[in-house]
Order: sequence, then structure tokens, then C-alpha cells
Amino acid sequence: MGSDARQVVVVTGIAGNLGRTLTKQLHRTQRIVGIDRRPFPGAPKDVELFQLDLRKKKAEDVFRIHDVRAVIHMGIMHDPRMSAEEHHSFNVVGTTRLLDAVAKYGVKKLVVLSSANVYGPSPDNSNFLSEDAPLMAASRFSGVRDLIEVDMLAQGFFWRHPDIETVILRPVHILGPTIRNAPSNYLRLQYPWMLAGFDPMLQLIHQDDAARAMVDALRPGLKGVYNVVGPGEVPLSAVLRELGRTPIPVPHVVARPLLGALFRYRLASFPPPELDHIQFLCMVDGSRWQQEVGWNPTHSMRDTIRSVDGERAAA
Amino acid sequence: MLERVSEGLKGRLRQLTLDLAGPRREALEALAKPPNEFGVDPFGFDPDYALSAVAPFVWLYKNYFRVEAHGVERVPAGRVLLVGNHSGQIPLDGAMVGVAMLLEADPPRIVRAMTEKWAASLPYVSTVFARSGQIVGTPENCRRLLVNGEAVMVFPEGVRGIAKLWPQRYQLQDFGLGFMRLALETDTPVVPVAIIGAEEQAPALLNLKSVGKLIGFPALPLTVTPLPLPTKYRLYFGDPLTFTGSADEEDSELDRKVRVVKTTLQGMIQQGLEEREHVFW
Repeated sequence: MGSDARQVVVVTGIAGNLGRTLTKQLHRTQRIVGIDRRPFPGAPKDVELFQLDLRKKKAEDVFRIHDVRAVIHMGIMHDPRMSAEEHHSFNVVGTTRLLDAVAKYGVKKLVVLSSANVYGPSPDNSNFLSEDAPLMAASRFSGVRDLIEVDMLAQGFFWRHPDIETVILRPVHILGPTIRNAPSNYLRLQYPWMLAGFDPMLQLIHQDDAARAMVDALRPGLKGVYNVVGPGEVPLSAVLRELGRTPIPVPHVVARPLLGALFRYRLASFPPPELDHIQFLCMVDGSRWQQEVGWNPTHSMRDTIRSVDGERAAA
Repeated sequence: MLERVSEGLKGRLRQLTLDLAGPRREALEALAKPPNEFGVDPFGFDPDYALSAVAPFVWLYKNYFRVEAHGVERVPAGRVLLVGNHSGQIPLDGAMVGVAMLLEADPPRIVRAMTEKWAASLPYVSTVFARSGQIVGTPENCRRLLVNGEAVMVFPEGVRGIAKLWPQRYQLQDFGLGFMRLALETDTPVVPVAIIGAEEQAPALLNLKSVGKLIGFPALPLTVTPLPLPTKYRLYFGDPLTFTGSADEEDSELDRKVRVVKTTLQGMIQQGLEEREHVFW
């Protein structure tokens, strides 16, 4: 891919678990420069790291020093315990600064990791939402407002800079042995709640496949917004059965206030609006990405589900 | 424990369906092949579950409403829109058309009905609907099913139809245009289905819409009887109608085509009413 050996790919949020997976897949063929405010112990030797905050002026140095051919932006935080202000500033201000740098330093490719969650689960949803469906997630869950804003910023950038190949990826729920997001954590519970009488269909993708989608997005000529799906669709109950969990059915009318109280007293790590994901549909149509990239996930549905219990169980 | 009970019940219901199906038993069993390793298609339809879920409706079909179905063979193979008159306060009319296509069509066909969005917010109802092939009625969902070659049942009267009051029985209410747009877009034939009998099953004299709104119901008709009456159902499947034109036409042009369907269906209803001698048998 890289014609010039001095050219680098900048990866933000590289020290996260998905960032490490991406690094593993990418560092043998590309020179990677990582930006993260967290340390990245055990990083491959050929990866150069800048431990700093994207919002800082110093982050621009990366672009000044290096000939950057592409940026993969996955440095987006989603932590329901973080103050809304800090959350918003990190995600939105950080993204804005990064987009400015991409434009200023003539980077030709920008890949932004968004999420299929931006559409938001709702009883009104079509079973498979296409890329032009409205991003409604914040109407029921204000905590994801800045994730939508990041997606929108990237879309605006896509239109304002037709010469830069901007790719916005909206993968479905990412699962994996090292992933610590809400769906993976939920599926690791031995006694997870289900909302009594609700058993929505889910789409899942393995962390390796999600990382590979970002690598694929670097392909020259590719740009646009893409839903990225994994190995298919499966009912929530079948996922829990596959993992040998014992779901506890809770009536949805009491689940919200109950979880609200548990979350407030730090007895649960999920804020109540996350319940929408185990109540309503939030599935996407990934055919555009499948057709344009020839996308095929490498992990089967069984593997993907079992991966939350570690690679050993999946093998 | 709970799982064992529900599995047992599921097995029994499945058996009941197969027993009631009589000679069609093998055809139905062949239909129940699992679509993927988890037993469902991408929409969440589980044919094996559906065989169990349909049991009460098969029983109603055979023994309660004693349904007579005419012209099922007119339904063409491949994608098709079944357009019926909606009534009866609870959507048993759609269920009976579905059972007819299962028991009388050769080979048996699964009808996918487009449900109210409201249904997706109800516990148990949402799950039973999804597993038995009923899908939230968005244009996008309908388009996808038709492109996949499915038979889709629509009631263009919507809530206006199902909640109609006694004096309006067998008078078609306003038709939505959406189904015609989809038929044009996907080049799908429309088969009108006159449903005689359902409109008398639950006479209602008053619709407390505003009270219904308060509790989140789309309508709240007060019925005279607590349960639907055992009226005799007669289903008449009409000849397929095909339409040509653009899906982006003006509403007035779509409306003209919709009126063709509506007039045909109203004519079939009238004929069905004239032919029948009694509401109950």
C-alpha cells in the first residue's frame, strides 16, 4: 500500500484494546505513529508513540515531524462514569483539532471509527438501517450525544474536503477477549438481566474483524460512510445460551428505575438507557461495505460470541 | 425450570398444529427447516417456533371461525402483496389469511404481516411477532421482504380499519398510499383479499381514542362482547393486479392506482356479502 517508506499512518487511541489489535494487524506493512494519552506498554518496537492529549497544541507536532499518509481516528471515549463536560470536550474538541490537522497538513486519507449505535435502538426502527438513516441515539440516551457529534463532524469534513478520502465506519457491537465495552461486559455477566418478553436480534463483530475493517478502509480510492456488519444476526437469548449464562428476566417497567438506582450507588456499570439495546432493534444493513470492499468477516458467529470469554474458549 | 415448561408447551402446540394440518403435515414440517445455526432468519423469524405459535390460530381457523378460503391458487409464486380489508378490533383477520396460506396454498407459504410499530414496544408480543415472521411495518422492511420474494400482507386501512365501529362494517376506510409505492418500486403484483366475517366478530359502538392515547394505545374501541364472536369467515383471494409506473409519482397518480385496488376489493366484499346467507354459518 505505502509507496513511500517514510510515510506513516497516525492512529489515535492506539493504547486501547481495539487499538492494540489494529496495531498488530497493521505494523508489519505500515509505519505507525500512535497518539494516546494513556501509555502503551508492550507496543511493537517499530511503532512510534506520542503520549499526549489530542486537544493539546503539541499534537500537531506529529503532523509537522512526519509525512502522514493516513489517519485512523479511534481515540473516542465512551465512559458513562466520566463527567459529561470532560467527555464532550475530549471527544468533540479532540476530533475537531485532529480534522484541522488532517486538512492543514494535506493528509490524503482519514478513517473515523464511529459505531452502529449512533442510530439508536428504538421500537420504530426498521430491521436493517442503511447509512442514510437519521442518527437518533441521543433522543433516548443523551450520554451518546458526543459520539453522534463526532460522526457528524466527520461527515461535514467529508463534504467540505472532497479531495481527502474520508471513511466513516459504523461497526455493530464489537466483542472480543480484551474488549471492555458495554456489550462485551454485559455478556460476561453470569446472571445478566433480560427484559421480560423482549428478545431483540443483535449483530455482533469480533474485534479482529473490526480492526481489519479499519485496515481495509485505507485502500486507495475508498471513501464514504459505511455500516460494517459481522457474521450475521442472532437473538439475544441465543447469545446468552451459547455462553451458558443464566438470564434473569426483569419487567421493563421496573428495570429502568432499578438499574438507575444501582448505577447511582455504583452497584452496576450500565446506565439505564443502555437497556434499550436489550429491548429494541438497532441493526444495520452492511451491504454497501460488503459490495465495495468484498467484506467477509473471518470469525464465525459462534467464535465471535465466545470471544468475550477469552480466545481459549473460542478455539 | 421455566424453560422446561415453555419447551414442553412449545412441543405440544407444534403437535397440535401438525395434527390439525392433517394431510398437509409433511409440507409444514418441511417448511420448518432452521434458516441458520441459531434457528432464525435475519429478521428473527424462527419457522419451528412459528409452527408452535400458530397452533391456536389453526384451531380458531378450523373450529371457531370455520374458515372457507376461495381462490388461494390465484396467489402467484414469488413476491406478492396481499391487500385485505381490516376489521375486528384484534387482527385475527390477518392471522386467518396467514393460516389459509399455510394450510390451503400449495406449497404452503409463510405470510409476513406488517405490524404496528406499537407492537414492537410490547413485551412478549414483540418477541412472538418477530419469531413468527411478523415485522414492524416500515416501508424499508416491506421493500426488503418483497425483494427477498416473500408474500407480504398489508391492510392499507391501518388502525382506521381495525377499530371501525359497527355502522362502518364492510365499508373500506381511507387507504394509505405506501403499499402502492412499494408495489411499483419492486414490481410486485397485488392480490386483493376480501375477508368476510371478521367485520362482525367484535361489534364496537364507541371508540375512546383520547383515553387510548393516554395509555399509549392507538385506538380504544369499546366492544359489545368481551370475546370475538364465532362468525363464519370467508376469504376470497382475487386475481393479481399489476401496476406500472414510477414509485416517485405524484400522490394523485398513486391515489388513482390505489383506488383501482380499493374498488376491486370493495366489489369482492359486496359479492361475498351477497353470496352468504348467514353471519354465523
